[in-house]
Amino acid sequence: MRIVVAMSGGVDSSVAAALLAEAGHDVVGLSMQLYDQREGEHGYGSCCSLDDLHDAGRVARRLNIPHYIINFEKEFQETVVRNFVDEYVAGRTPIPCAHCNSDLKFATLLDRAQAFDAELVATGHYARVDADASTGRHVLRRGLDSTKDQSYFLFSLTQAQLSRASFPVGHLNKDEVRDFARARGLATADKPDSQEICFVPDGDYARFIERTTGDLDSAGTIVNLSGDVLGRHGGVHRFTVGQRKGLGVALAEPTYVLELRPSEKQVVVGPRRELEQTTLTASQVNWISGSAPEAPLRVTAQIRHRHQPAPARVTSTGGHRAALEFDTPQIAVTPGQAVVFYDGDVVVGGGWID
Amino acid sequence: MRIYLDHNATTPVDPAAAEAMMRALQDLFGNASSVHYYGQQAKAAIDGARSAVATLIGAEPADVIFTSGGTEADNFAIRGAAEALEAGGRRHLITSGIEHEAVLQTFKALARRGWKTTVLPLDSSGIVSPDRLRDAVTDDTALVSIMHANNEIGTIQPIAELATIAHANGALFHTDAVQTAGKITVDVRGLGVDLLSISAHKFYGPKGAGALWVKRGVRLAPFMAGGKQERNRRSGTENVPGIIGMGVAAERALAKMPAESARLAALRDRLETGILKNVPNTEVNGAPDTRVPNTSNISFERIEAESLLIALDLEGIAVSTGSACSSGTLEPSHVLKAMNLPAHRAQNSIRFSLGAANTEEQIDHVIAVLPRVVSKLRSLSAVGSRR
Repeated sequence: MRIVVAMSGGVDSSVAAALLAEAGHDVVGLSMQLYDQREGEHGYGSCCSLDDLHDAGRVARRLNIPHYIINFEKEFQETVVRNFVDEYVAGRTPIPCAHCNSDLKFATLLDRAQAFDAELVATGHYARVDADASTGRHVLRRGLDSTKDQSYFLFSLTQAQLSRASFPVGHLNKDEVRDFARARGLATADKPDSQEICFVPDGDYARFIERTTGDLDSAGTIVNLSGDVLGRHGGVHRFTVGQRKGLGVALAEPTYVLELRPSEKQVVVGPRRELEQTTLTASQVNWISGSAPEAPLRVTAQIRHRHQPAPARVTSTGGHRAALEFDTPQIAVTPGQAVVFYDGDVVVGGGWID
Repeated sequence: MRIYLDHNATTPVDPAAAEAMMRALQDLFGNASSVHYYGQQAKAAIDGARSAVATLIGAEPADVIFTSGGTEADNFAIRGAAEALEAGGRRHLITSGIEHEAVLQTFKALARRGWKTTVLPLDSSGIVSPDRLRDAVTDDTALVSIMHANNEIGTIQPIAELATIAHANGALFHTDAVQTAGKITVDVRGLGVDLLSISAHKFYGPKGAGALWVKRGVRLAPFMAGGKQERNRRSGTENVPGIIGMGVAAERALAKMPAESARLAALRDRLETGILKNVPNTEVNGAPDTRVPNTSNISFERIEAESLLIALDLEGIAVSTGSACSSGTLEPSHVLKAMNLPAHRAQNSIRFSLGAANTEEQIDHVIAVLPRVVSKLRSLSAVGSRR
């Protein structure tokens, strides 16, 4: 079987490719160049991603599989980067990796795979997909390594996409993946996991957004829930709900960002208890099964990548929207992040928090 | 079956050249600058290669300087001439938009150092217009550099006419003949140029060997300072095996040229006719008549060249498109862009460049495979319409 492997230059996708090649598949490695990496002409300042592409190539050559780098700069800019900037400017806190997966990687790679007569697209995500023989539907599960699970970023995959997706490292833990890579002498075996958003390697999102938008006039006031002005800030896009550090206001009790009001250029702050929220609504909701549940569902819901999933009841409210009620209040429900619904380790669906 | 149709990128080494190189590696280890027997043996072999390379381009051996390849020869010619002419006060350089990056980037580097540069635009034929050059050249012009034939579309430039225009204004003329040497007759006198670059691996010689021909009397600043090899024009211990391989390859290419050139032109035309007939919405880029015999550049409407190249490679057919950037992704061809073709043409064009091992059977196989691959790619709208 011919399988396209999306090779990022990290250890996980390297091992994904190696596993499939060793299983005797006809593996084709594809890497995506996502932004301009010509030397001296970096679109986004210094970045290690050119090295990542070279690493992917080295691994592919070691595995003796063909490898191609495809230029997706324009698509990346138009889908992922633009959305990232727009969301911050709108007072939300986006997850570009999730958008990149759904809007770019799977959408385009499945197309490529078909063009190259490949049946599946494999990635190095820690997640599992399998077919339910009784329903014929595909089930998306958490990766076996709970500390590395990435199913949260994959909630928007459709049945059509899942039916052609493969996550070869989803049943391994990270140590096993590294051992496997070391045993085969793969150049990426001991490469550190990527931590930051790839196109903001220095982690300074605010500066990136300011550079991208040019004159971003969003400086304004810091207010409390009663509307009293407590101080000034340099731009709404520099804050995220739940943030405590860097507010520049000294108050008697620990103070957190509660809400961002970009139209009024206001950052609303208050004590931790005000961050607690029991309900939320979500848009662009995807139900993995392919159809929305008719009755409210008991699930555990995760509102951030590193959030301990909490018991909740989710109701489809139509039009790819859902309402969710937690059993107990949750801290910092953040607009722009994803809420993902689980039944045990099975992903039921998810959407973007309003 | 694997079919190699990328001979403008590089060619396999001619077996006779490889054999001569192997002998040189084993027996001719001497440093050609050494006074003793070993040095003289190496020097004698280099003399032979220099004669063979000179014969290939209608030159005198003494005017051939060996380099590490075409890129070095281009850098040497342009930087060397610019430096030598700087004292004379001329500060203007002219080239064209379809040159190889070795020339274009050298021009950019000199522009950053204060040289005035003009990059001549082209029309869709891909031919540099003598009138445009006439308009651009001034008394300030030090050097004009126009390639003999383009690597992507194969178009042969009217070098003799262009060189005459440069000379009428007292400017030197350089041509990058990397894509013509060994393919068609290259005669430095007939072309009337002052500087000419060639590269061994484009005519079945080894990589890492090339040459710059410098007309007697043309002043050129040395490119590499050091041990004064190559008559003090290009220092560095000679790459004896590479030079010897280049010499044998030059001899062989010249001997085969009339017959091979006709054979490749017929094969190329067979391929082109077959594609135009069997794959709808295809078009040939560049002037069809004044081309090197082995090259065909074809636009496939609604196809991204990048995807077609990969799909063909997975079918065992090696072709190319545009130029690869540092990461290895394919960029829209600067050559097709410079020819003022509609933007999409620069993104949906594939270069087929034929060579010694290609047969009618291979060409027919390509013609048989292409319609299926192309129609599949076209059916996937997202792949075809991206960008």
